[in-house]
Amino acid sequence: MPRYYTDEHEWIDVEGDSATVGITDYAQEQLGDIVFVELPDVGSMLDKGGDAAVVESVKAASDVYAPITGEVSEGNSGLEDEPGLVNSSPEEDGWFFRMIIGDKDELEGLMDAKGYKTFVDSL
Amino acid sequence: MRYLPLTDNDRADMLATIGAASIDDLFVDVPAEAQLDGPIRDLPMHASEMAVERHMRALSKKNLAAADAPFFLGAGAYRHHVPASVDHIIQRGEFLTAYTPYQPEIAQGTLQMLFEFQSQVARLYGCAVANASMYDGSTACWEAVAMAGRVTRRNRAVLSGALHPHYTQVIKTMAKFTQDEIADAQPSVQGAPDADGLIDRIDDQTSCVVVQYPDILGRVSNLQAISDAAHEKGALVITVVTEPVALGAIQAPGDLGADIVVGEGQSIGVGLQFGGPYLGLFAVRDKKHVRQMPGRLCGETVDAEGKRGFVLTLSTREQHIRREKATSNICTNSGLCALAFNVHMTLLGETGLRRLAAENHRLACVAADRLAKVPGVSVLNDSFFNEFTVRLGQDARPIVRTLADRGVLAGVALDRLYPDVAAFADSLLVAVTETTSEDDIEALATALEEVLS
Repeated sequence: MPRYYTDEHEWIDVEGDSATVGITDYAQEQLGDIVFVELPDVGSMLDKGGDAAVVESVKAASDVYAPITGEVSEGNSGLEDEPGLVNSSPEEDGWFFRMIIGDKDELEGLMDAKGYKTFVDSL
Repeated sequence: MRYLPLTDNDRADMLATIGAASIDDLFVDVPAEAQLDGPIRDLPMHASEMAVERHMRALSKKNLAAADAPFFLGAGAYRHHVPASVDHIIQRGEFLTAYTPYQPEIAQGTLQMLFEFQSQVARLYGCAVANASMYDGSTACWEAVAMAGRVTRRNRAVLSGALHPHYTQVIKTMAKFTQDEIADAQPSVQGAPDADGLIDRIDDQTSCVVVQYPDILGRVSNLQAISDAAHEKGALVITVVTEPVALGAIQAPGDLGADIVVGEGQSIGVGLQFGGPYLGLFAVRDKKHVRQMPGRLCGETVDAEGKRGFVLTLSTREQHIRREKATSNICTNSGLCALAFNVHMTLLGETGLRRLAAENHRLACVAADRLAKVPGVSVLNDSFFNEFTVRLGQDARPIVRTLADRGVLAGVALDRLYPDVAAFADSLLVAVTETTSEDDIEALATALEEVLS
């Protein structure tokens, strides 16, 4: 299952036509303790680069952008009661939402793990 | 830094920078007939302080003040007794500020006061969370309509016909440049509010239904039935309370299914004050809606040593954190009026508020019974708290004028609020509070008997 990264610090796992989206370990560390996550409605259409979710920490509220175009198929209901999952398990249990991929070609422009590590190291 | 007034050159530079030819160009949006075309006539250029004081005193004697006459005006602003201790406490140096704290955590006393204020409002309204206050009841009402749009992702607000028309106008003004559709209506001229008519107007595109409680005619709506019908269609219920003292006698809106409760807080602690500043109250019944609330919110917490303390919390809803994505452009509160409310409510306590409400209602009943005995006068309401509508059988506005000339301030002629509704021409809104004496009621009834005969 390939994993891609964006320069807005989101990760995206692709499995067939479906993709799971979250924020990276680097992102959660920058944000600090996460206190609230607002997820997109199931069925809503997201445009690549558009607002998808809001993550709120004790320091700031930040937008999470859609890494690719598609329709939201599921939100991580576990974050409702336990937003801290984003801190403790950002790249697994702390996923944000799943979507049905609208245009696979958009994945081309994203980074792989190595590319993202180089990107983060350069910051 | 010294204060130096602007020179003509400074003004010319600034005008050139923004591309205006003259100061007058800055006022093009003000209609010509509203602009002053020269010096005010008969106003001398100079007068001594003593002369001005003497002149102003003479002018003020032309007023017939609320405290100087039998007084029955309400319609959203109510005269209540504010104990002298309220004024004394709010003027203490530790408290006296009209503003929200901008470096909040150093102002623990102010935050504690706001926390207590919020707790009082939440209990009064039967809600989980109240904010630190808004500008006034009508703007709080608009904020509730906007919030309901965010929660339901719908944009059609249904307003009860018996919502205060000034509130309706504020909502329409605020919605002018938003995507919200505001469906208002005419009030029904009958003894009971038209709950069925309101329910019929709710559909599955409705974001919220806005109901005043008691309504503009003083009638007490069947909120539970409206709530049930609205919730069935996925709409929120916004309840507007212009007279908070009523909630010492009737059930809290939150207990009857209202999702957002807003209102005017002026009755408690603030006073009439020639119409302002007033105090907007805002609360939500279910804490799941708290992140969509507008306004400042004070929360209780513990400090690094485990001691109780207060913070301004959930600030990410506010525009200094999230800019255009904030829930509202309000980033302040009515600090001093909220303090006055808090102090007065604390002095009253729950028992005191209930007794105050009972006395208001008792006197209103005395007034309604007495006025009903005046030939030609009938009471419209099936139910009321401290305000009710009477029909005089002839145009009410000239009668109000005549009674004022006789030293009785009889109430608000509904024609002032509804100039286009002919059915209201003979109707008078009469408010009675603990400040009304039975002699005042007799004076009103006697004067009406003389004038109507």
